[in-house]
Amino acid sequence: MSTQHNWITVCRDTDLVTNSGVCALLNEQQIALFKIKSANDEKIFAVSNWDPIGKANVLYRGLLGSVQDAKVIISPLYKQRYCLESGQCLDDDAIKLIVYPVRIEQNHVQLQWVD
Amino acid sequence: MSDLINVHNGNNMRIVVVGNGMVGHHFVEQLIQQNNVSTKANNDIQLDIVVLSAEPRLAYDRVHLSEYFSGKTAEELALTTPEYYQAHNIKFALNAKVININKLAKSVTTEAGDVFEYDKLVLSTGSYPFVPPIPGNDQPHCLVYRTIEDLENISASSAVSQVGVVVGGGLLGLEAANALKEAGLHTHVVEFAPQLMAVQVDNGGGRVLRSKIEALGVQVHTQKATQSIEAGDTCRYKMCFADGEVLETDMILFSAGIRPQDALAREFDIDIGERGGIVVNDQCLTSDASIYAIGECALWNNFIFGLVAPGYTMARAAASHIMGGDVTFQGADMSTKLKLMGVEVGSIGDAHARTEGALCYTYENQPLDVYKKIVVDAEQKKLLGAVLIGDNSDYDTLLQYALNDIELPAHPESLILPAGADAAPALGVDALPDTATICSCHNVSKGDIIEAFDTGSCNLADIKSCTKASTGCGGCTALLKTVVDNELTKRGVEVKKDICEHFAYSRQEMFHLVKVGAIKTFDDMLEKHGKGLGCEICKPATGSILASVWNDFVLKPDHISLQDTNDTYLGNMQKDGTYSVIPRIAGGEITPEKLIVLGQVAKDYKLYTKITGGQRIDLFGARVDQLPAIWQTLIDAGFETGHGYAKALRTVKSCVGSTWCRYGVQDSVGQAIELENRYKGLRAPHKIKFAVSGCTRECAEAQSKDIGIIATENGWNLYVCGNGGMKPRHGDLFATDLDTETLVKYIDRVLMFYVRTGDRLQRTSVWLENLEGGLAYLQQVVIEDSLGLGKELEAQMQNVVDTYQCEWKTAIESEQSRKRFRQFVNSDESDMNIVFVEEREQIRPATESEKEHFNKTQNSQTQSSQEKDTELATELV
Repeated sequence: MSTQHNWITVCRDTDLVTNSGVCALLNEQQIALFKIKSANDEKIFAVSNWDPIGKANVLYRGLLGSVQDAKVIISPLYKQRYCLESGQCLDDDAIKLIVYPVRIEQNHVQLQWVD
Repeated sequence: MSDLINVHNGNNMRIVVVGNGMVGHHFVEQLIQQNNVSTKANNDIQLDIVVLSAEPRLAYDRVHLSEYFSGKTAEELALTTPEYYQAHNIKFALNAKVININKLAKSVTTEAGDVFEYDKLVLSTGSYPFVPPIPGNDQPHCLVYRTIEDLENISASSAVSQVGVVVGGGLLGLEAANALKEAGLHTHVVEFAPQLMAVQVDNGGGRVLRSKIEALGVQVHTQKATQSIEAGDTCRYKMCFADGEVLETDMILFSAGIRPQDALAREFDIDIGERGGIVVNDQCLTSDASIYAIGECALWNNFIFGLVAPGYTMARAAASHIMGGDVTFQGADMSTKLKLMGVEVGSIGDAHARTEGALCYTYENQPLDVYKKIVVDAEQKKLLGAVLIGDNSDYDTLLQYALNDIELPAHPESLILPAGADAAPALGVDALPDTATICSCHNVSKGDIIEAFDTGSCNLADIKSCTKASTGCGGCTALLKTVVDNELTKRGVEVKKDICEHFAYSRQEMFHLVKVGAIKTFDDMLEKHGKGLGCEICKPATGSILASVWNDFVLKPDHISLQDTNDTYLGNMQKDGTYSVIPRIAGGEITPEKLIVLGQVAKDYKLYTKITGGQRIDLFGARVDQLPAIWQTLIDAGFETGHGYAKALRTVKSCVGSTWCRYGVQDSVGQAIELENRYKGLRAPHKIKFAVSGCTRECAEAQSKDIGIIATENGWNLYVCGNGGMKPRHGDLFATDLDTETLVKYIDRVLMFYVRTGDRLQRTSVWLENLEGGLAYLQQVVIEDSLGLGKELEAQMQNVVDTYQCEWKTAIESEQSRKRFRQFVNSDESDMNIVFVEEREQIRPATESEKEHFNKTQNSQTQSSQEKDTELATELV
C-alpha cells in the first residue's frame, strides 16, 4: 500500500462493482466501498463496514438506494439506512458510521485514514 | 384483646376495616402497597390498620368456592395468612362482628364489646344471599351458598340426601347446582324467570344453555314460583309451585341473588339507597366524610356491583383517597366469561339488545349446542353486546370491540361465524383489538401504533422509528403496513399504493409496466417510471418482477445491484453475517450417498446442521468466502440450489405415500418431486410452499401450504392459499379429483396469476383474502378461464420452467461471479469477528461477551504462552 499525501491505495477501480459494494481491509479495519453510477454521475463512497446495530461486518453487502436526495446504504441485517455522505444512521440519531474520504487516482482506489 | 386497641399518638392514621372478604382484603393489600411507595417520599404517615371480620377465618377466594366440593381445602382457598398480616403490622380480629358505629366519637364496637377508634372507617361487609319469603324456608336442610361454613353445611346435608334443588337459575345458582351434582345428588334447578341466567343471557342463549345443562343431567324448571315447602312423600321435602305442580327433594339451596349487607350502615344513619346498598361517591366515600364503603355492600350510581373486579377497583379508589392519591371508581364493565359445569358462557355489555335501534346477528349450531349473538348499533359500526354459549373463543376479541369502541368490519357477522372452507373472509386489521401484538420483537401493539399516530407520526417510516415495530425480525412488515394504511384511511389520509418513494406504482402496476414496456433492467425501469436511486423495497421487488417475467440469471451484472443480500450471495444471511446453505432435496427424498455428502461438507467446513420444517437440511455458519467451494462440492455431487434465500418456491413437502404406506392411495413423493422440479426457481411476491399428502390422513400438512395437494382414490384434491407462519390459514379446497395434467394446469394458472397480481411480500393467503371476489373469482379465472388468460398464464409459467437454471451452478462457473464471494478485495483474510463456540456438539455464533472473553484469553496466551484455555472457543479461519 503506497501513501502519497496521506492518500492510501486500497485496490484497483476494477475491483469495485457498479451500484454495489465491496470490502477492503486497512490497518485491521474493514471498510465498505461503494460505486454509485447514475445516468450522468459516478461517485465512490467509503464507510466503516461494521454494522453497529446488527453487530457484524456486513454493510458492504447491503443495498444502495436513496432517501430523498441522500444516497444511502441499507443494512442487510435489519435494514437501517445510513447516509453515505455523512455516515449518519437515518433510523437512529445516535448512530453514525465512519466516513473515509475516497478517490480514484489513475485506476487506483485511494482513501484517507480516519481514526 | 387489649393488644388490639389502637392508640392515637398524633402522627399515625388509624384505619378500621369492617369485613375481610375478597374486597376488604384487597383494600388492605392496596394500603400496604401504596404506603410502601409513599413512605419513601414522605415517611411521616404511619398507618395503624385494624381488620375486623365476622367470619372465623381471614379472606378466601369466594369466586372459586365450588372447588371446595371438588377437593380444594379452606387453606387452598385462602387469599392470605395471619403471618402475612402480622408481618405487615396489620392487627386483626376474627369472629368479631361490629354492632355499633359511633360517628361522633369515631369508634366501632364489636359483639364482644371491644371498642376501636378510627380516623377512617372502611365498610366492606359484602352481601348476603337472598332467601325468598316462602313458608317453610327455615327448615334444617334449606341452605344458602356463600361462605365456607355454608359449604360445610351443604356437604353435611348432601351426605344424607338423594335429591337436591337449587332455587335460582342465575350465575351463582348454576355454580351451586354444579356443587350438588358433584356431591352425587339428583339435581334440579328451579327458576322463577322463563330462562336461565336471565341477567346476562338473552332468550336464545338461555334456551341453548338449558339444553346443555340438561344434557349434563341437571333438570331445569323455569317459570316456577315456589309457594311453600312442605313435608315430602318420597323425599324429605316437597316444593309446591304456583302452577300446582310439586317437586320432591331432600334439600334446598337458595341462590336467588344477593342483597347488600348494609344493616350496620342503615342502623347508624349512613345514607342507604332505595333498594338497599350504602351510597358512595367516586372515591367510595359514604355520606360520612370519614367512612368508606366498598364491594358488594356499596351502591354507586344506584348500582350494586356483584363481581369481584369492580370491588377491587373500589378498594383501590378508597385506598388511594385515604393516601392522598387520585384514583377514582368510575363504574365497571359487567361482562363475564365463565365455565359452568364445563359449559362456556360469555356475556358482554348489552346482551339483551336494549339499546335503542340495536340490531343483532345470531349464529346457532344445534348439533353442537353452540349459540352466538352479537348486538350492534343501528349504524352497524359498534359492538354493543354479545352472548356466547358453548364456545367462548370469540369472547376476548368481542370484548375488545365493545370496550374500545373499535369500528366493526363490513360484515360484523364474520366475528362469530366459524372458520371453515366457506367461511367469511378472515378479519381485516380493523378486527384486531388494540391490545393485539403487531410486532412481537419489540412488543408493539396495535394500540401503540395508533398512539404513535396520535402523537404526531404520519407515515410508516415515522411509525417504525417511533415504535421500533418491524425493526426486529421484520416478520410483521406486511401486517404493520396494513395496520398503518388502515389507520391512515380511517384518518382520511389518501393511502398511496406506491411501493416506495421512488416509484408511484403498486407492485402489480410495476409488473405490467415491465411486461408491456419490455423492460429488462432496473436502470431502464427507474429512468422510465421512477426517480432517485431506488431502495430496499423497490429494488428487490423489481428484481423479482424481472425474474418472473424474463427469468434471467439473478446475478447478471444488470441485476446484481437489485438483489437483497440473500439473493446476491445466494444464501440466507444469519445474525453474525455468515450464511446458511440449503441444497434442494425435492420432496424430501434423498439417497444415502447424497446424505453422506451433506454430512461430509458440514464436517469439512465445520457447519451447524439442522433438519428444516420443509424436509431438507440446513447447513449454517458458512462464511461468504467459503460459499463457492461449498457449493462446488455440492453441485459436483448432484445437488442444486434450494432457493432458501429467495422469494420463490421453497419446498414441496410430502408424506411417504402409497409406495410404502399402508394407507396411501397415490404416490405423493413422486408427485411432490415432479412439482418441485417444475416450479423450482419461480420468483414470486413472497416465498411459496407446497405439500402433497398421499391420503386423506394428510401427514404432509398440505392444507397449511400455499399449494396443498391431497390424494384421493380418483386423483388429487387441490387446496390453495393456505399458510402457516405468523397468521395461519387453512387452504381453500379449490378443485377435486384432478388428474395430474389438470392439476399442473391449475397450479400453473393460480401461481402465475399470483405472481402477476400479488403485492410485494404478500403471501398467497393474504392475496386471496384481498382478491375481490375471493375464492369463487379465482376459480372462475383458473377453472372457467373467465378472463381468457389461461393459455397466457400457462405459457408464461412454461417459459419460467424452460429457462430454469441453478443459480449456484451459474455463479461458480463464472470467475466474475465468484469474485463477489470475497470478504476483502485486497486481502485473503477472513472476517475476524466471526467466532463460534460449541453447544450440543455443534457450533453456534459466539455472543458479544464470549467474543470479549475470547479476545482476552487470546491476548494473554500470546503473552504468557499458557496452555490453551479449555473453553471451546473455536475460531474458524
